[in-house]
Amino acid sequence: MNTTGRPEALTAQTVTITGHGGDEIEAYLARPDGAESFGSVVVIHHMPGYDASTKEITRKFAAHGYAALMPNLFHREAPGASPDDAAAAARAKGGAPDGQLVGDVAGAADYLRALPGANGKVGVIGYCSGGRQSFLAACSLRLDAAVDCYGGAVVRVPEGAPASFKPLVGLSENLSCPLLGLFGADDKFPTPDETAELSKVLDGHGKTHEFYTFDGAGHAFFAVDRPSYRVEAANQGWQHIWTFFGTHLTD
Amino acid sequence: MCTYLTESIAAAGSGKGANGWFQLSEVSVYFDHPVHAPADHTLNIDFLNPAAGPGARVAVELTADTARALARAIESTLAAAPAGIA
Repeated sequence: MNTTGRPEALTAQTVTITGHGGDEIEAYLARPDGAESFGSVVVIHHMPGYDASTKEITRKFAAHGYAALMPNLFHREAPGASPDDAAAAARAKGGAPDGQLVGDVAGAADYLRALPGANGKVGVIGYCSGGRQSFLAACSLRLDAAVDCYGGAVVRVPEGAPASFKPLVGLSENLSCPLLGLFGADDKFPTPDETAELSKVLDGHGKTHEFYTFDGAGHAFFAVDRPSYRVEAANQGWQHIWTFFGTHLTD
Repeated sequence: MCTYLTESIAAAGSGKGANGWFQLSEVSVYFDHPVHAPADHTLNIDFLNPAAGPGARVAVELTADTARALARAIESTLAAAPAGIA
């Protein structure tokens, strides 16, 4: 344990999980070493794919005492390919369908619940397109906490998007767990108006949620390897995540 | 934002990727987050041959200004080619 009481050591590795439709897909697992009991987090990667930066985020959860698992949503299209090639291949085919995403998150959650030491509580977090998918998973599966980091197309989808691509706000009444929303005030997708509308709908259904919109930040403010990174918003956002998951995923 | 918008066209021609030259069968064009370019969004073009695997890909990520200049250069180059060959 370090001085904050969190486990210092962790193990990270590639594993195979059973995803949607019984498909065997690749996933990246990081878990704390030596923890007697831990909560778990499914990490949903962004559209650029199952990449190094999202693996780093996955390890970050393990460093904070959670088992974390990131399924490779594009594994089917390009097993063994580099993450950017796989993302391009998936995009050319229209991207990961919503139903498939739900099945893959369900498989990841089952895998995490079965880990020795797991306390049975599973949250989900996603960034960018993964933020939308985190909300989708939380409205489709029984989970314990969900975090939506600037997910667009929850309230409105962009003009010209594929016809199969639907807004999700209509699923709000099915939200199965508390929701944390982290957004940028300068984001165009979702705009602050959209997230305010989502909050209102959730209020109408009596769904527990807390939304934070950071001034001076736009889309992807958590992404440390992109010019969109905003250190103040990211630091505050991470603090909200630790508090939120600490409340809902730990014993 | 993720735009989710993708234009795909059938392609005839060749591209040179990490494993050498290959025959192209399609091209994807989209304006979205880049993997490598230091910008929030870029005009991305993937020259592909899915039948040859996901690695059969030539990728570029261009700023919007560069992409527009490239589009003009392509059109003007084709227009300037001798009649009957382009």
